[in-house]
Amino acid sequence: MVLRYLLPLGVFAAVAVALGVSLTMDPRIIPSALKGKPVPEFALAAVQGRHLGLSSDNLRESAVTVVNVFASWCGPCRIEHPLIMKLRDSGITVHGINYKDRPENAAEWLDNFGDPYLRTGADLDGRVSIDWGVYGVPETYVIDGHGLIIEKHVGPLMPDDINEKILPAIARAKR
Amino acid sequence: MRRALIALVVLSALSLAPPSFALAVDEPLPDPVLEARARTIHKILRCLVCQNQSIEDSNADLARDLRHIVRERLLEGDSDAEATQYVVDRYGDWVLLRPPFKATTYALWIGPFALLAVAAAGIVVFLRRRLVIAAPKPLDEKEHERLRRVLEESEAR
Repeated sequence: MVLRYLLPLGVFAAVAVALGVSLTMDPRIIPSALKGKPVPEFALAAVQGRHLGLSSDNLRESAVTVVNVFASWCGPCRIEHPLIMKLRDSGITVHGINYKDRPENAAEWLDNFGDPYLRTGADLDGRVSIDWGVYGVPETYVIDGHGLIIEKHVGPLMPDDINEKILPAIARAKR
Repeated sequence: MRRALIALVVLSALSLAPPSFALAVDEPLPDPVLEARARTIHKILRCLVCQNQSIEDSNADLARDLRHIVRERLLEGDSDAEATQYVVDRYGDWVLLRPPFKATTYALWIGPFALLAVAAAGIVVFLRRRLVIAAPKPLDEKEHERLRRVLEESEAR
């Protein structure tokens, strides 16, 4: 008989918990379609003033690579920039895709704030980035030695994102 | 002579342009049938920046690029499904304003109907029980006798 009263209460509690958890999730984060899939085939010329361009072949050259999509017009890119520099300094290969930027602005941005990228690709019309499923800069990808996308982060990287998302993904990629 | 030269320069410039620029961004397709198909697809694709608008309704840069890509796919002979899939391959089912019916979305599509069925079943059970309780047992001999006496007494008064 007690069950008659406990059952609806239990159902209510379950629904409340499920909805409560959903409330804490960010609806702007879109599940990535490309996670676990190979990087798209592409080849981009380097950003103005730099020599090494970026192509899909370059993403199979080292055991793990980080690809960062950035633009000089993107404010949040400026926020995460010091962390990208740190990532590079810790010995990780970081490449940059420059999204829909003016060549001279991109070059100036990298010259002023520091260039953490081994290779850069200037995606002038944004077409390659669409193949990557980019929908907002900055975005950061972790690629393993076979060119598979292990992890994707949308938005500026914060110290917590590096520690809880990017570094573990790098460790996974190396395995 | 000058005209011929200008024509030559224009022509060579055109041929240098990468094929993706054959169509200016956000330029409608010349073929009205194809353009109508493109617009139908635009309406079912979600804008990734504004999220609750279709790319047809959105002014976002990315939406414009995606409209362009859909038109290009159709120009290259894609079917509607193939052109849609091209975008889905890059951005996932999420870009479809109408979620597809598949294993991961069964709960979404069937859930409300399942809940409705459970609620309906609950109501049926509840009402049946109440009907059983509400319908009184027929009076037995003694009760009939008592009722008759009470009625007689009240009439006598």
